[in-house]
Amino acid sequence: MDTGNAILVFFGGLIPLSYAAFVMGRRRAVALARGGGERMHSRPQQYGWYAVVWMAMPAIAVALVASFAGLLGIAHPPVAMTFTAALVLAAGGLAAGLHQIRPGLRARNHLDRLVRWLLLAAALVSIATTIAIVLSIVFEAIRFFKVVSLWNFVTGTEWAPDKAFLVGAGRAGEAGSSGYTFGSVPLFAGTFMVTLIAMAVALPVGLFSAIFMSEYASRRVRGMAKPVLEVLAGIPTVVYGFFAAITVSPLIVDIAAFFGLDASYNNILSPGLVMGIMIIPFISSLSDDVINAIPQSLREGAYALGTTKSETIKQILLPAATPGIVSATLLGVSRALGETMIVVMAAGLRPNLTANPLEAMTTVTVRIVDALTGDQEFNSPATLSAFGLGLVLFIITLSLNVISAVMVRRFKQQYD
Amino acid sequence: MKLKGSRDNPLLRRRYRAERRFRTICGGAILLAVAFLVAFFADILNQGLPAFYYTEVKAQITYSQDTVELPPLAVSDKLRPVVSRGVLRVIPQEVEKNPDLLGTTVERWVPAKSDIDQFRKGHTNKLDDDVVQTVHELEQSGRLRTAFNTPFFTNGDSKLPEMAGIWSAAVGSIYLLVLTFLFAFPIGVMTAVYLEEFAPDNRLTQTIEVNINNLAAVPSILFGLLGLAVFINFFGVPRSSALVGGLTIGLMTLPIIIISSRAALRAVPDPIRLGALAMGATRWQVVRDHVLPLSLPGILTGTIIGLAQAIGETAPLIIVGLIAYIPDAPTSITQAATVLPAQVFTWASMPERAYVEKTAAGIVVLLVVLLSMNAAAVLLRRRFERRW
Repeated sequence: MDTGNAILVFFGGLIPLSYAAFVMGRRRAVALARGGGERMHSRPQQYGWYAVVWMAMPAIAVALVASFAGLLGIAHPPVAMTFTAALVLAAGGLAAGLHQIRPGLRARNHLDRLVRWLLLAAALVSIATTIAIVLSIVFEAIRFFKVVSLWNFVTGTEWAPDKAFLVGAGRAGEAGSSGYTFGSVPLFAGTFMVTLIAMAVALPVGLFSAIFMSEYASRRVRGMAKPVLEVLAGIPTVVYGFFAAITVSPLIVDIAAFFGLDASYNNILSPGLVMGIMIIPFISSLSDDVINAIPQSLREGAYALGTTKSETIKQILLPAATPGIVSATLLGVSRALGETMIVVMAAGLRPNLTANPLEAMTTVTVRIVDALTGDQEFNSPATLSAFGLGLVLFIITLSLNVISAVMVRRFKQQYD
Repeated sequence: MKLKGSRDNPLLRRRYRAERRFRTICGGAILLAVAFLVAFFADILNQGLPAFYYTEVKAQITYSQDTVELPPLAVSDKLRPVVSRGVLRVIPQEVEKNPDLLGTTVERWVPAKSDIDQFRKGHTNKLDDDVVQTVHELEQSGRLRTAFNTPFFTNGDSKLPEMAGIWSAAVGSIYLLVLTFLFAFPIGVMTAVYLEEFAPDNRLTQTIEVNINNLAAVPSILFGLLGLAVFINFFGVPRSSALVGGLTIGLMTLPIIIISSRAALRAVPDPIRLGALAMGATRWQVVRDHVLPLSLPGILTGTIIGLAQAIGETAPLIIVGLIAYIPDAPTSITQAATVLPAQVFTWASMPERAYVEKTAAGIVVLLVVLLSMNAAAVLLRRRFERRW
């Protein structure tokens, strides 16, 4: 029996058993109540649930222990043995649970406490997710940095994960002794270039849209413009990527040719522009919130002094909203750094250190995808490099998010 | 004293001009966004809609011992460059399934090669002159027609563009959606209930809150690295399966569901809780019987929006291997699968012109699904929204 089936059988068996335990617990409570004497503390079905818990908990515990023992390689208990142990313990638990049911048992309060623990356990899943992300990336990244020195990774300007083909082509001399070099500077240059272009589009358009929506637009216009921005936010990134690669890139090549410039079909400008459009809704909705949070009295004070609307916005509202707008910008930057599909589809694969946006460049996320979809084995440095890059990406985006959260909290406190 | 009119005051005139200029810039930003959206949809529809129609040819197909062994012989020499190979290569299977076919000749409409289809749509002219001649002849005798592209919706992926469809990717997406819902919805709602209804205001609670907000902003590709290292390498979940995709995307969707569920729970006014507590209900009874039913529409709206994001997610799924070539729809959650956006990505990297059309058509389907999910969320909100 494979693991998947075992899990199915286990939970498939647990459901009828739980029902049986529920009926037995409730029946016992009802019988006790009919028997007269003391008044029962809780409702009959609460005693039923109490019995279910006593039956199911030991069984689930056994199954968890057995599967973790198997996963960690400590022991491999046979499935039949696990099932028998679970059944025996479930029967014992049920007997113990039923035995405890008597008028004075506060089943309702016990259940309430149990539910609280269950809910807390669910809340801890998100913490576990973060820890798992950190551990999985750090663990593999350490293996990578054992092979590749951190210094070369941070300062090297050549990214060539696999030079084996050079050896094959009889040019072993060019490949160097190790057969690979991992200098991440060109990748980060590409990532920052694409982020810069994206923010150059998203920041002005997003900010001016937010100002228009919160200060100028009538209710009706607002009601029509808001969904447009929401639709922009809802378009999958793979669709933006296709649009950048098939429509925008050739367009840029044509326009560049018109001005006598030579642009690559994998130019970094096209994913940058399209990514900028993708980020507009983030900037505009966050800035909109911030501008709306500024107290009306500030506006009215300015109008009373005779300023026009645009003067109020430029000299009163924007300075007041600056922390919020900076925070929105940082979130936008964090999005742009981690964005994958647009660059995978529209930017190049070749690491290239340049300042010309019409040339092809590659980015960190492109190389992560490339490293993990290649035919290299998992333990090769070429594959593990994805985790090294992922670690740096994680650290940068996390710091941006934290700074952004702190700034927005400061802003909110200021006007509370 | 005479008040100076604004028309006479140069300073005022300049200030009003600046006001109008600023207003135009702000309006222009919105118009730019709208213009992009219009151009974007026009471009995608323009590229994708032709793929919903394709060319069929009326061919006589001979079923005999010879054609079972050498399927290309089943059609005349003239039609061979026109009829799709996908029609011919299944002849042995057809005969095996229905032996009565042997020795008959059937005339029916079958898909034409994608080159012919692209030629008729005005895209390629890499056809040989005699094939072009044949196409013209067939067109004049009415043996070539444009029909609705049913195979696009009923077939899986294929190396022949005219046979490639979205069916197996759609099935994969449905599996993924169901699994994501099963993982993320219970845990998400339970977390939200804990944080809103039970949690004391202490260190742990604050850590959980900060952590959820951060998780919502972690780049999606890092969830792919998590899925690869934890689910595939540690727990041994099969690579490329809908299960590993659902787990990975489930974790990604979790913060979205938590955040929107918390907002929905917070909207339930306190007197309802206090009333129930005053009647002697426990905390859990208050939540189960009163707060949850009242906030369910809001929770579901947030969940649908989260799932709509999940269905369009690609990057982490590529990392955990859901870009396999899947000609037949998966029948279990542990089999190799692909999803709609991943299929779009695969087709986008194909060199043939015919796949560009397929890609755009796949995008149209994806966008229709997404927009209807979002519309459903809006309707749900309108229908059940309650003002307290």
